[in-house]
Amino acid sequence: MILSGFILSFMIGGILAWMAALKNLVLARWISLITVCFNLFIVIILWVQHLQGDESQSAWILDFSLPWIPRFGIGFHLALDGLSLLMLLLTFFLGALSVLISWKEIQHQVGLYHFCLLWVLAGITGVFLAMDLFLFFFFWEVMLIPMFFLIIIWGHENSRYAAFKFFIFTQASGLLMLVAILGLYFVHANQTGTFTFDYFQLLGADIPSGAAMWLMLGFLAAFIVKLPVIPFHTWLPDAHSQAPTAGSLILAGLLLKTGAYGLLRFIVPLFRDQAVAIAPWAMAIGVFGIIYGAILAFSQTDLKRLVAYTSVSHMGFIMLGVFSFNMIATQGVVMQMITHGISTGALFILAGIIYERIHTRDITRMGGFWKSMPFLGTCGLIFAMASLGLPGLGNFVAEFLVLVGAWQATHKLTIIATIGLVAATIYSLRILQKVFYGNQSATHGLADLSFREKLVMIVLVVSLIWLGLFPQPVLNTSRPSVNVILETTASSDENGTRNPKIITIKQKRYTHE
Amino acid sequence: MSKQDLLSIMPLFILTSAAILILFSISIKRNHKVIFGITIFSLLADFIFLSVVKTPVSWIVEPLFVFDGFGKFNLGLLLLTALSLAMLSYAYFEQREERKEEYYILLILATLGACTLTISKHFISLFLGLEILSVSLYSMIAYLRKRERSDEGGIKYLIIAACSSAFLLFGMALIYYVTGSMEFASIGVYLSALHELPIIMIAGFGFLIVGIGFKLGIVPFHMWTADVYEGAPLPVTSFLATVSKGGVVALLVRFYTQVNGHQHDSIVGTFTVLVIASMFVGNFLALQQQNVKRLLAYSSISHLGYILVAFIAGGQLGLEAVSFYLVAYFITTVGAFGILTYLSDKDRDAELLVDFKGLFWRRPWTATSFSAMLLSLAGIPLTAGFVGKFYIVAAGVSSSTWLLVTMLIVNSAIGLFYYIRIIAIMCEKEHIEVQTQVELTPSIYLISGFSVAVLTIALLWVGVFPDELIALIQSMLNP
Repeated sequence: MILSGFILSFMIGGILAWMAALKNLVLARWISLITVCFNLFIVIILWVQHLQGDESQSAWILDFSLPWIPRFGIGFHLALDGLSLLMLLLTFFLGALSVLISWKEIQHQVGLYHFCLLWVLAGITGVFLAMDLFLFFFFWEVMLIPMFFLIIIWGHENSRYAAFKFFIFTQASGLLMLVAILGLYFVHANQTGTFTFDYFQLLGADIPSGAAMWLMLGFLAAFIVKLPVIPFHTWLPDAHSQAPTAGSLILAGLLLKTGAYGLLRFIVPLFRDQAVAIAPWAMAIGVFGIIYGAILAFSQTDLKRLVAYTSVSHMGFIMLGVFSFNMIATQGVVMQMITHGISTGALFILAGIIYERIHTRDITRMGGFWKSMPFLGTCGLIFAMASLGLPGLGNFVAEFLVLVGAWQATHKLTIIATIGLVAATIYSLRILQKVFYGNQSATHGLADLSFREKLVMIVLVVSLIWLGLFPQPVLNTSRPSVNVILETTASSDENGTRNPKIITIKQKRYTHE
Repeated sequence: MSKQDLLSIMPLFILTSAAILILFSISIKRNHKVIFGITIFSLLADFIFLSVVKTPVSWIVEPLFVFDGFGKFNLGLLLLTALSLAMLSYAYFEQREERKEEYYILLILATLGACTLTISKHFISLFLGLEILSVSLYSMIAYLRKRERSDEGGIKYLIIAACSSAFLLFGMALIYYVTGSMEFASIGVYLSALHELPIIMIAGFGFLIVGIGFKLGIVPFHMWTADVYEGAPLPVTSFLATVSKGGVVALLVRFYTQVNGHQHDSIVGTFTVLVIASMFVGNFLALQQQNVKRLLAYSSISHLGYILVAFIAGGQLGLEAVSFYLVAYFITTVGAFGILTYLSDKDRDAELLVDFKGLFWRRPWTATSFSAMLLSLAGIPLTAGFVGKFYIVAAGVSSSTWLLVTMLIVNSAIGLFYYIRIIAIMCEKEHIEVQTQVELTPSIYLISGFSVAVLTIALLWVGVFPDELIALIQSMLNP
């Protein structure tokens, strides 16, 4: 019930905010803030309870299921495990920040804006919870439309182009996933006679290897476009740089994570052998992305574009980690999803705050802001350090884990990936140098942060430091899920034999019920 | 003729008598409201009759008609669509035409023609239905005769439809020559004895496909669509896109299954080529358009392609997919044209993309409904169009018609672009002062607004809870 409550509350909250805005704009903002914070509160309680619970419990914490379209065996099946729980925490946390950050920025069509914002969050929440492949696809698409509107209506000067590109890239790749989902559905039905889209039942499908490769590629297409992986990344810089601040925050912090989540949740458990088969290629592309993204980030002059390319670079670590197929790397991936969401989101907020003051994103026209905005400067320093992977901040933990894990899988690629950390240092320091140091370029006075902005910044800084110093709660939460995900892979990987994965999956399945 | 025959054929009688009743009523006194009332009442009564009166699962009225689940489902669908079109027509004609009453006669007759198609099992009833439909459409398209393009559209449609009828007749004659029968079922029996189609049969089927293709507006017989859609009054355009095509699709499905089209590679191959061409050409031409009517015309070509993907996939799932998609497509298309009707002013229809600039800020509700319609056409979740597309892809995947499924995916991606372009234009911030509507009594717009609202809600309802509709279709198709 709680799970569907999350999604419903966002949808209802969105409608309420829209209605409220007809009378009172401030009320609309408060409604959406309260909706998100309420959900955040609930999920924190869930988390605390989960951490206090004993270790031996099954990977699945909550499960909610209703029949939806019995004709096709589609159920409204939501379930929560450690991985989803962490993703929900991230979603609601960034959601609350995105409402706060657009408090002053958005003055045009406030009601519709909050409606779109909350519906994007509803879609993302659904993606992280759906355990029915049709439902997953449904939410996967639902989150696109409000995002499209966020970019096109409240975006910057070239928002139409960016919104179209974003929409068509993700939608087209999503359709490939739909075909793959249907393929899986019929393959499973032909074998067992049950027509179902249920994740847990499909896990047991024994897919003929020829078909499995194609089906996996269908899923992979959707996820790597969303992640994004070179060469499918071209929508990202446009969408990120043109979206309003909250839009960029959600895009970078959450939408990209749905791709990574999909890789972990679907590709690895469902198509183990095929994933292993393409792993060298996937890792190579990931590593290429790390370096290529870093180089492009360095050469940007548009601050938001620059941050966008750093995302491309950081997402390379996710590809590297996921396809290493071991505990450490996968834990690193989960960590990276969270810390990248926070640190990159923070950089976008920073860019947004600067844009609100000087109305440009061009870093050649910035400089010396430390003098007039010391608070922002300090925060910016911390975010840049997080982005370059300084120990003590969250990103270090994540990237370190990924690299340690990847080392067991491949030496060469890991060494090259490590160079990415050096490149990250270069572009991160460039942001600092261009924006905060140097000669003061803007002649007009710049106000330092307001209370609201300070609050946002402090929360971000605290969470980054906390994740860097005490990552253990997060790792503990995700471990059971990662175990489930990897269990299927490890058995064939190490012994070289095809253990019937059905057995392990079935065990897992019944333990949670 | 038995009592059961009479009961079965009653829906057609009701339509016919409604047309005659209107004819008399006009000769007594011209009154738009009364005529409108009669039309609405008779269509509604017809639908209620169809859904309430219990008739046998399948009843054949020899030699022309068959009343089975599929036929009844399509009958009901066409009647409901015609009903919503009539509702939308009222405000539109009220502000435009002096002699608006005859339009309803034509509307009812055209519906009668389409209904006849859905239940015919014989070449004669096929041809009768098709001609009733076409002849009514000639005058409906040119109904606003003072408009230049209306005439042009009417004449174009007249010539092309007459040509296609000639093709159709010749095809029928050839098939009759070989098989000695005009009944679908006995043609099927004759064909099942053959291993290979004789050349005359192939020619006959070829001519039939040409004739049907013209009516459906699939590529390469699509040249008339854009001009006729553009020229016709808006309610007629949506009639062309929905009822007229729906009837022909139902007929095609029946004919194809009864003659076992699946067994003949030449027929399947021909349709595959036509379908792929329709999807691509329709979408590519739609990309270029600045006129929403033309855009919807081309997009309807590609949607016909989508429907025929499920049709080629065949099987029970394919048939269900066709029916479901027809419903989704009808709701969406009638809704989209309904909104255009709603926005049109006295002199011209709201059809240029410019007319939609900033609509979100001028008329938020209308723009929201229109976006929902467009998203449904694009096949985005929460709308009926999505479930329809899902159904079609499912049908395609289950019968492993990978080529068609791939093409459908590619085309959906292309199609997205022009649908969201309209939405983008509606979101633009600039306010262009479009002259306000001619003052009409609010009650007129109430009817149109109500219909559009109902269609939008239906669209979302079917999109989120499709199960009831699916169950209905299943129970109708496999009793």
